[in-house]
Amino acid sequence: MDKSTIISTIHHFLVEDFEIDESTLTPEADLKQTLDLDSLDYVDLVVSIESNFGFKVKPEDFSKMVTMSDFYDYVEQKVAEKTAA
Amino acid sequence: MSHRVVITGMGIYSCIGKNLEEVKQSLYTGKSGIILSPERKAFGYRSGLTGFVERPNLKGLLDRRARIMMPEHAEYAYMATKEAMQTAGVDESYFEKNEVGLIYGNDSCAQAVIEGIDKVREKKDTMLVGSASVFQVLNSTINMNLSTIFKLRGINLTLSAACASGSHAIGLGYMFIKNGHQDMIICGGGQETNIYSMPNFDALGAFSIREDEPTKASRPFDRDRDGLVPSGGGATVILESLEHAQARGAHILAEVIGYGFSSNGEHISNPSVDGPARSLRMCLKDAGLMARDIGYLNAHATSTPAGDASEAKAIFEVFGSDMPWVSSTKGMTGHECWMAGASEVVYSTLMMKNEFIAPNINFENPDEDSVKLKIATETQKTKFDVYLSNSFGFGGTNSSLIIKDWK
Repeated sequence: MDKSTIISTIHHFLVEDFEIDESTLTPEADLKQTLDLDSLDYVDLVVSIESNFGFKVKPEDFSKMVTMSDFYDYVEQKVAEKTAA
Repeated sequence: MSHRVVITGMGIYSCIGKNLEEVKQSLYTGKSGIILSPERKAFGYRSGLTGFVERPNLKGLLDRRARIMMPEHAEYAYMATKEAMQTAGVDESYFEKNEVGLIYGNDSCAQAVIEGIDKVREKKDTMLVGSASVFQVLNSTINMNLSTIFKLRGINLTLSAACASGSHAIGLGYMFIKNGHQDMIICGGGQETNIYSMPNFDALGAFSIREDEPTKASRPFDRDRDGLVPSGGGATVILESLEHAQARGAHILAEVIGYGFSSNGEHISNPSVDGPARSLRMCLKDAGLMARDIGYLNAHATSTPAGDASEAKAIFEVFGSDMPWVSSTKGMTGHECWMAGASEVVYSTLMMKNEFIAPNINFENPDEDSVKLKIATETQKTKFDVYLSNSFGFGGTNSSLIIKDWK
């Protein structure tokens, strides 16, 4: 899965399932401000990532991400690790 | 101090209509909401008959978080409650300033339980059921959802009493207001219709298998009835004390004047005559009425051979020669189970306000018990001022309500 597919997949579930305005989803955008998720939403984000990319995020991994770009990179890295394995 | 309790709001979302006006028309014309579901047959049901209730589209009405927290029957309850609030002339801003309660009948959350556990089995990881599952699987799910959506701040209680849940919810709301503990309570019942909701009930062979004639399958009191047809939806009534309703200038629809209840103290599923008869007598006594004062009796009669016979015996035992008009709206709706006691108060109040009695459709030939009742086989254009609604449930729980017109 290439990076652009990863980004479009992320955007798709953020817009469809989390009702986030697509125009706010830019690489430099602040992740927490943009997603504005509460503790329940984070559980659902873990579910969406697992169902779309096949790996489970540890909730604490989110705390290391600052921008949307960090989020894309994180998913890309995890997908690559999964493919290599 | 005892308070008089009035109904100022009603809402309905069922297989015979998605609002009061549609339902009124269906009741008047004797329209059935029953279908044969191929999905149920494929799943392994003995009977694929069910009431068909279309799920509402809540996108645009509620945000994502509110929507994903609700199982099917909470959606129906939400729609019914929105309509009840409109008819009562109250909204969320009213609930912010006034202590309003919520007592809702519900006795299952099958789909969320099964799908959640299936997900854990598959993934071996509880987190992957998502955040909403726990709020959908609890029996109090309708209360949890509606009380947070509407910001309610009074009594917040789910009532589980099998197929008498909705009726007891109204009865309990009546008691709270009558005794002065609350001024206004939203009462009702909700029932899911998904394929996971009824296979255990189907297992008992209690459902009609007249699959070649779905709209004729539910035939309460008829000699050739062969079982009930499960159904569902949501029904809400708003109760308040008379002085509270008058003080805010509310339009009063009717008055709850009697609540009777009993437990059979016998078999877990076999019906009894004594239990319902005691509930009926208690209700009449609470209302201060005689049998001859009742103009219409909305029977519980679900179309099962044993249940209808027992109820007919109980009605005859209590009413005898003072027999009122009797009909079971379940011929049209099927058995709305946890919702039925509340929906049948909505149905009967609609009839009372619009001066007709809905027909007990599919009643073609009486049996030895129903022949003693005065069953409305066709729509009766008639005025009545007082009706009684019966609801009975597994475990032998019985509830009767008497409602009087308000003019």
